[in-house]
Order: sequence, then structure tokens, then C-alpha cells
Amino acid sequence: MPNKYEAGTFDCIVIGAGHAGVEAALASARMGANTLVLTLNIDMIAFMPCNPSIGGPAKGIVVREIDALGGAMGKVIDKTHIQMRMLNTRKGPAVRALRAQLDKVLYQQEMKRILEETENLTLHQGSVDELIVEDDEIKGVLTQVGAIYRAKTVIVTTGTFLRGEILIGDLRYSSGPNNQMPSINLANNLRALGLETVRFKTGTPPRVNSRTIDYSKTEIQPGDEEPRAFSYETTEFITDQLPCWLTYTAPLTHEIINDNLRLSPMYSGEEVGTGPRYCPSIEDKIVRFNDKSRHQIFLEPEGRNTEEVYVQGLSTSLPEHIQHRLIASVPGLENARMMRPGYAIEYDAIISTQLKPTLETKKIRGLYTAGQLNGTSGYEEAAGQGLMAGANAAARALGKEEFILGRSDGYIGVLIDDLVTKGTSEPYRLLTSRAEYRLLLRHDNADLRLTEIGHEVGLVSEERYAKYLAKKEQIDAELQRLRDVTVKPSPLVDEILAETNSTALKEPMKGFGLLKRPEVTYNQVGRMIPAEEELTADVIEQVEIFTKYEGYIEKSLQQVERMKKMENKKIPEDIDYDAITGIAMEAKTALKEVRPLSIAQASRMPGVNPADVSILLVYIEQGKIAKVTN
Amino acid sequence: MNFDTIAAISTPMGEGAIAIVRLSGDEAVQIADRVFHSPNGKQLMEEKSHTIHYGHLIDPRSKETVEEVMVSLMKAPKTFTREDVVEINCHGGLVAVNRVLALLLKEGARLAEPGEFTKRAFLNGRIDLSQSEAVMDLIRAKTDRAMNVALGQMEGKLSKLVGELRQALIETLAQVEVNIDYPEYEDVEEMTIPHMIEKCTWVNKEIEKLLKTSAQGKILREGLSTVIIGRPNVGKSSLLNSLVQENKAIVTDIAGTTRDIIEEYVNVRGVPLRLVDTAGIRETEDIVERIGVERSRQVLKEADLILLVLNYAEALTEEDHRLFEAIEGMDTIIVVNKTDLPAKIDLDEVKAIAGNSSVVTTSLLEEEGVIELEEAISSLFFSGTIEAEDMTYVSNARHIGLLHNAKDIINDALIAAESGVPVDMVQIDVTRAWEVLGEIVGDTVQEGLINQLFSQFCLGK
Repeated sequence: MPNKYEAGTFDCIVIGAGHAGVEAALASARMGANTLVLTLNIDMIAFMPCNPSIGGPAKGIVVREIDALGGAMGKVIDKTHIQMRMLNTRKGPAVRALRAQLDKVLYQQEMKRILEETENLTLHQGSVDELIVEDDEIKGVLTQVGAIYRAKTVIVTTGTFLRGEILIGDLRYSSGPNNQMPSINLANNLRALGLETVRFKTGTPPRVNSRTIDYSKTEIQPGDEEPRAFSYETTEFITDQLPCWLTYTAPLTHEIINDNLRLSPMYSGEEVGTGPRYCPSIEDKIVRFNDKSRHQIFLEPEGRNTEEVYVQGLSTSLPEHIQHRLIASVPGLENARMMRPGYAIEYDAIISTQLKPTLETKKIRGLYTAGQLNGTSGYEEAAGQGLMAGANAAARALGKEEFILGRSDGYIGVLIDDLVTKGTSEPYRLLTSRAEYRLLLRHDNADLRLTEIGHEVGLVSEERYAKYLAKKEQIDAELQRLRDVTVKPSPLVDEILAETNSTALKEPMKGFGLLKRPEVTYNQVGRMIPAEEELTADVIEQVEIFTKYEGYIEKSLQQVERMKKMENKKIPEDIDYDAITGIAMEAKTALKEVRPLSIAQASRMPGVNPADVSILLVYIEQGKIAKVTN
Repeated sequence: MNFDTIAAISTPMGEGAIAIVRLSGDEAVQIADRVFHSPNGKQLMEEKSHTIHYGHLIDPRSKETVEEVMVSLMKAPKTFTREDVVEINCHGGLVAVNRVLALLLKEGARLAEPGEFTKRAFLNGRIDLSQSEAVMDLIRAKTDRAMNVALGQMEGKLSKLVGELRQALIETLAQVEVNIDYPEYEDVEEMTIPHMIEKCTWVNKEIEKLLKTSAQGKILREGLSTVIIGRPNVGKSSLLNSLVQENKAIVTDIAGTTRDIIEEYVNVRGVPLRLVDTAGIRETEDIVERIGVERSRQVLKEADLILLVLNYAEALTEEDHRLFEAIEGMDTIIVVNKTDLPAKIDLDEVKAIAGNSSVVTTSLLEEEGVIELEEAISSLFFSGTIEAEDMTYVSNARHIGLLHNAKDIINDALIAAESGVPVDMVQIDVTRAWEVLGEIVGDTVQEGLINQLFSQFCLGK
């Protein structure tokens, strides 16, 4: 053990600089907290150990939310992507989502540069061995080289590094992702401090050299021609895009897997952690869905300055020599040269019900955890949590109020509420079906949902806030105008309506009503009753969506209102569940563990039934009445 | 404090000439106004608090008159719950009171949980603290035991049917979700609007069928159809009168049937009995001769319970044997009446023929044995031996309310789908319908959908 030395005092220390760590550090610094980032390897900031892609349904909306709260992920994607596509364009606005393919190296470089240039932020390479905790409160950290950093708050964002182990065939070795150093001392320290962990597993496919792929046997998957961006601030768009390619597994692929299943750690009887169902290995796909004759394989470039290609869909932990044969069995990859093998990685994840909705641990005041460490998967889920943990750690350090997003505020709110209320038994991925108010949580309105609240807590700049106010005013004014101004029947109006096969107008009608017709666009109505000044595309988009889906939006808002009533019924933090008679044992156990903050949260917990919630409600109200009468 | 509006029957079921259905909550008055029509067209909303009003309840959808009622209007805060309260006084008896309740539930009230009015009174500060323990007990309290057992028998079937509908919906939902969350996943068929309409239409038809069984239902709504048979002069009328007197029957003429068929409803220890075709028994006392008549056979065939009356003072006759044959295989209680006279019947023989059916001896003249008969009826019913062939699945007002609710939601979805709303929006309604149906069987966990997703599809990117 080297000699210890005092290395400095900070408001907030972030351990790890992956996708959770960088957003945590940036958020904390934006809030004005003096922030230190400690990472094992400064060259690995915002590294993507798995697919070179960010976004997609639900996840892409998280990126927009991060951007609306002043985070970096969206801006960095906009500068470093090699392809971008809007998904679900043929469906309704609520489920549209952007997805980008990234240049992994450029992404890292750009993110590192942002960290380096950020005020209040110190970036330092170092490996944290221990947390310094006194009286259940965090005081700082101790690194491998003996440096002691003091801090009011600490955020652990160590991803899959905690006691990480890589599995390939019957080979198992201690390692972080992509053969980086694992965190073993810190993992042991967290457990010694009383945090309970669970063993999770995830995997990644092999990579191959692009020059050895026969693309003629695959289908091209280009990016959108229309310029796309994640950030509301982006004004320059990348036009030079690289395509992805689609191929399929062949009967031989399935044969090889079936013949060699016993060599896969998941099927050889080896004890392995719980893996995600939504991102199964190719072994899992073929075993669980053996009636399917083929599975899709996407070939995704890892960057502009490399020939390395990610073989999406072929995630595996079979021995390397089998992986060679697997790759060769796929049309287009017959002669492909593998650059890195696929592998599974097992790691310690914190049982997330030990966290408060601020992502602070219930056990140790001032200690926060975020990202894959909390049992999630995905860069976006990690970044979203990082931002929230960073904002809350800074708020605590600076004596400000905590910052919690509800399930109706954003996918980030859904994600964190699920984690701290329900916990997760497998690596957690956001899905649109997890959001009960997804019509409100759209890709297009993240700024309208979050700028106000983000500005209030100090995450959003004045400039950005002013822009938001202006946009909101324009939307409101235009909606009002459409409600006020009448379209009168005329040959011109009918001609415009005929463009989209809409029926001719018989009676005068407000613009709002006319725009409600599914086939009528704002552009058409705008030509009948022109606005004084031309509106931007994003304002028009909001006006159209609000008009067309008003009924559905209203319905969702009513649901939110009902939920909020229950959300406002707070459960006292010092409540003694053992003292309440009548609550079922199972519910009591769960309530004691999770310690929900509100009646609404309690009612979402598995194992807590409506009768238990009623009794809880009575008990709490009883306390209130008692206080009043005393 | 803001709560949704709850409704419940506040008087004991099936007894008494008047029953009260009570509404409490923010929308109590609005909901009542939607169904209440006074002869002079007044709106309860505009009336003074603590007043009583005469009128009719009319189903706003079918325009059918449901009941003739007196409505007490009590506005907050001087009410039992300190919320707006409306009490509807209607005719007592299962049919009337359940129809009133079902109507209110259809119009947006929620069926109160046991003890919920009291709970609200407490939460709103109306009841003092010393009563809080009792409130806890009330919340935990089970519904009336008899009711529970009765429901338990039927809920198995209902759960199964509702489960099938939910499965159909969730498969549709999972498919839409996959299309959304994995837009490039091509092994799954795109769930299109025509698909969605097809599924929703099917589910709606099935719900309608279920609701129809509730409308024509027997148990709780109409009672267990019960036929008293026996040779002339064995005491069938006495038995009927005895059951009726004991249990304060309400004579009701059922709309749509001929006037001469009078049915008597009695509540025997929580078992609702509908004494069928009793007019016939009264008029002619000749049901034995009419056994051969097709119509009477029909009556027997449709019965859930047969009370076969024998004469204690006479030996079994050939007619008695024919009656035994006619009711073979049906749920029967043998009533050997006239024990006040000397025994001539061979009780052992009767018991041998009766097999599993219970045999009760009575002297209706001296009012003996009626209690034993009631016990026999009650135990037969609650031990689950009665299985009428079309025993109603849906009899519980809460279930009826939820089914109507689900049907309305699916109708919304269908209208939306047909007017070009995108499939993922229509899905929002379908998901809600799935959840509402789940409330019937006590399962609304969102996780169910996610599990379906992963078990139904092999997902990648």
C-alpha cells in the first residue's frame, strides 16, 4: 500500500467516465459544483464496448431528453455519426425515434474534448480502491496510488467493471469490457459497505474486417437523405454518410451452433449471471426459437477511419475457433477475417431498489450510483441516469433541492422509477411499452417537456431557455389562431383539399377543425389562412401533432392528473411499517425494502395490492389528523 | 381530498321492500343527473342540498326506464362521507337494485370496496380517531361470505373467458410493440389497422356475449331457478308460501314475459331463489299431469334446483316414481311433508331412490322442518354441487361495470382505427382495455406485456 496523501477537496467526485460518468460529471459541473472525474484510463472516455450505435425507439428519446437538459450525448452524436435514420416514420408521432451509427473513436475524442473544456470539471486518471465513509455519509475516495480526495458527494458509474469476468468457451478470466482492467477492490469495498449486488451478464459479437466482406451478397441499409440531428442546438448536419448492410444466418450457422452448444458457457452447465432477454446471444436465439429458419445479421461499420465492422446479431460466447466457422457460414462473410472475437461478460450490479429516486443510495448519504452498474444496459440508459445522478449530487453538495423526473416527464423518469420501485431481474432496457404515457413522451417534444424544469435547477443555459420560451409562444399563438380563424368554402380551398383527396368544404370551419382531418396537413391549412410570419418546421410539427391528436393527448393528461394526486400523497420517511396492522406480510417486506416516497410509488410495487395501499393511506392520514388535533 | 366517485348497495341484499344505492364523490351528482329524470325535468345539480326527489332512472344509451325511484341529494360537506352524496331509493330485491347499481357503474362510478364509505368518512375527517381500527378491519373485511362463495363458483369460468380475451389482446399488443421497439425486425408481420380492427371486433363481440349472460343472468341477478313439483295436495303451495313468508319475497313481473307467469324471488340464507312458474302451481296444482306437456318439461329442464314434495302420510305412488324419473340427474331436494300426520311412507325407500339428494321432513302446517330445508338449500348451493348448464358467468356488478368499460374503450379504439389514427395510438386504447379486463381477474401488471414480447418474438437490434 503506497503512502496516502491528501489530493484535494471537491463538491462531487464521479468514478468512471463511461456514458453515465460523463453526463454525471457534466451535469454536476453545469450546476456549478466543483467536480472531479476519476477514470481508469483517460483514453477510454465514453467508449462503446458493444454496438457502434445510439438511439432507436425509447432510447433515442432519452438522448433527446438528455439534450433538453443540457447534456452532451446528442451534440456529440451529431458531430461524429456516420449515419442517421428516423425510425417508425410510418407510425404515429409518439413512437418516432432517431438512431445513429457512430464513429466510435471520433465520439470518444469529441466527448473527451468537451470534458476538458468544461468549467468546474477536473479530469484525472486514477483507480478508486475505496470509498471513505463516516457515519453512513460519504466523505471521499482513496485511489490505488494512495491519493485521498475529499468530497461532499460521490457518484459511482463503473459499468460492467465491478468484478468483471470475460467468458469465451470454457475460458473465463478477470477483465473489464474489451480486456480493460476490472475493478475488484472497489467491488469488494462496495459490498463491505453493505450494498447488495447481483451477478448480471451481457455479451458482444465478433468484429470482422470490411475488406474481407462480400457486400454483393448483402442488402444495403443507407441513412436518411433528410438531414437529422439529436440536439436541438445542432445547426450543421453531416451529409457524408456510410451505409450498414443486412445479411442472414444460413442453415449451416444453425447447425454449427446446435452441434457446439455444450461449448457455450451458457449451455455447458457453467453458472453464469442473468443475461438480457431483449439482446439474446445467437445461441439463445437458435435454441429458444428453433422454428425460425434464419435470423437477421446487420453489418455496421465501427468508424470512418477503420475497416472494423460490428456483426450485429451474432453475439456469442462460443470458443473462438467455433466463432470463425460461424462467421464463415453467413452469406457475405464466407471469407471474412475476424478482428476480435465475441464474448460474454459477467459483472456485479447493484440491486437498484437500494436507491432513492435521486439515485442516492439509501444506506450511505451522499453516495450515488448510475449506469450499467445499476442493472441497466445501453449507452442511453446509462447516460440518462448519469445526468440525473450528477444533478442530484451537485444539488446536495450545493444545498439545493433534489431533482426527480416523474413517469410523465420523460423516459428517464420511467427508467429510474422502474429501477428504484420495481428493481430488475435482468439487465434493464427501456422499451416504449414501459411508458404508460408514451403519447406525451415524444421524440419531438423533449425540449417542451424538460427545458423549463431543467432551467429551474440550473442544468439549462439562459440562452437555451430563451429559445424555448420563444418556441412555446409561437406554438401557443398559432394554435390559438387556428382556433379563431375560419376557413370559408371556396374553389381554392376545395382545390387545396383535393391535393390529399380530402372532401370539399361545405360549411365554414375553424382552421383547427380542418387540420384535425387525418389527411390534411398544416401546409394546406396554412395556404388557406396564411399566418403572419412563416413558422419553423419544428413549430409546425408541434401544431400539427397537438391538433390531430388532441383527444388522445387530453386523455393521457387526465391519466397523469389522476396519478399525480397519488404522487402528492407522500409517505413519511420515518414510517414504521411494522407498526401498521393489516398490511399483508409480502407487501410489508417489499415496502420495508423499497421505502417508497409516495402512495403512487407504493401502488406500482410488485407484491403491494390495493388493500395494502388503502391501509397505508389510512395510516398516513391518521397521522396527519392526529397531528392536527394534538 | 379528491377521490373518484364510488357506488354501492347500502341495504342488505334481497330483503326489504326498499333498497338504497349510494353514490359518493366529486361526480356523484353529475352521474346521478345523467340517469335521473324527474317528471318536471329538474336537474339535481341545481337543486338544494338535503332534498328528496321523485323520478325515473333511464339508461341514457338504451333509453330504457330502469327504475322508479326517490333520490336524496346531499351535497358536501354535511354528509356521511363529507363528499357529495346521492342516495337512490329503489324497489328492494336483487333484480331492481342490481340494475340500478350496474347503471351507475356504466355511467362512471366505481364500485366501492367493502367499507370504503366509512373509510372516506374517516379520511375526510368525519369520523374520529377512535374508530380507525374499525376502519382498518372494514377495509380488510371480505365481502359477505355467502356472496363470496357464490361468486367463487362462477369466477373460475369468468376468469377463463376473460383470460382468453386478454390473451388475444396481448398478442396483438405485443405485435404492435415489437413493430415499434424493433422496427427493423422483419420476422414479425406488421400489425396493420385492418388486423387490429379484426381483433378488436372479435373481442368486442365476445364481451357483448358475456354481458348478455349478465343481462339475462340467473344467480344474484335473477336467482337460482327453482321448481316445486309433487302430486296434488302434497303441500306445494304451503311450501311456496312458507319460503315466501320466511324470506319476504318480492313479487315482480318480468318485462317481456306474459303476465300470467309470476316469479317469486326469495333469498334463502344468501342463496337467491327464483321460484319459477309458481302461478301455474297456484292455479292448477296439476303439474304432475302436465309433466307430459312439452312446456312443463321445458320448465324442468331449465331449472337449477328442484324441490320434490312427497306426502309423509301416503305410500309412494307410481306418480311419485315418474316424478323421480323426470328429475333424474338434476339437483334436487326431497321434501317429505305432513309429518303431523301418521307415517305411511317408507323413508328408507325414499332415501334409496333419492341417492345423493338430501331428504328433509317437514310439517309445513306446523311450521316444522323449514329451517332444515333452508339449510339443505344453502349447503347444496355453497358446497358447489349445483351446476346449472348456463349458470351465468357475469353476475357481479363490478364485473359488469368493468366489462362495459372495456367494451367502450375498444369501441373508441375501433372508431379511431377506422378514421385513420395510427396503429400505435389505437394501441393506447387497446392496452387500456386489456388492463380493465385485467381488473376483473386481478391482474394488470404491465410486466405481463413485456414478458409476452420476449416470449413471442426473438429480438435483436
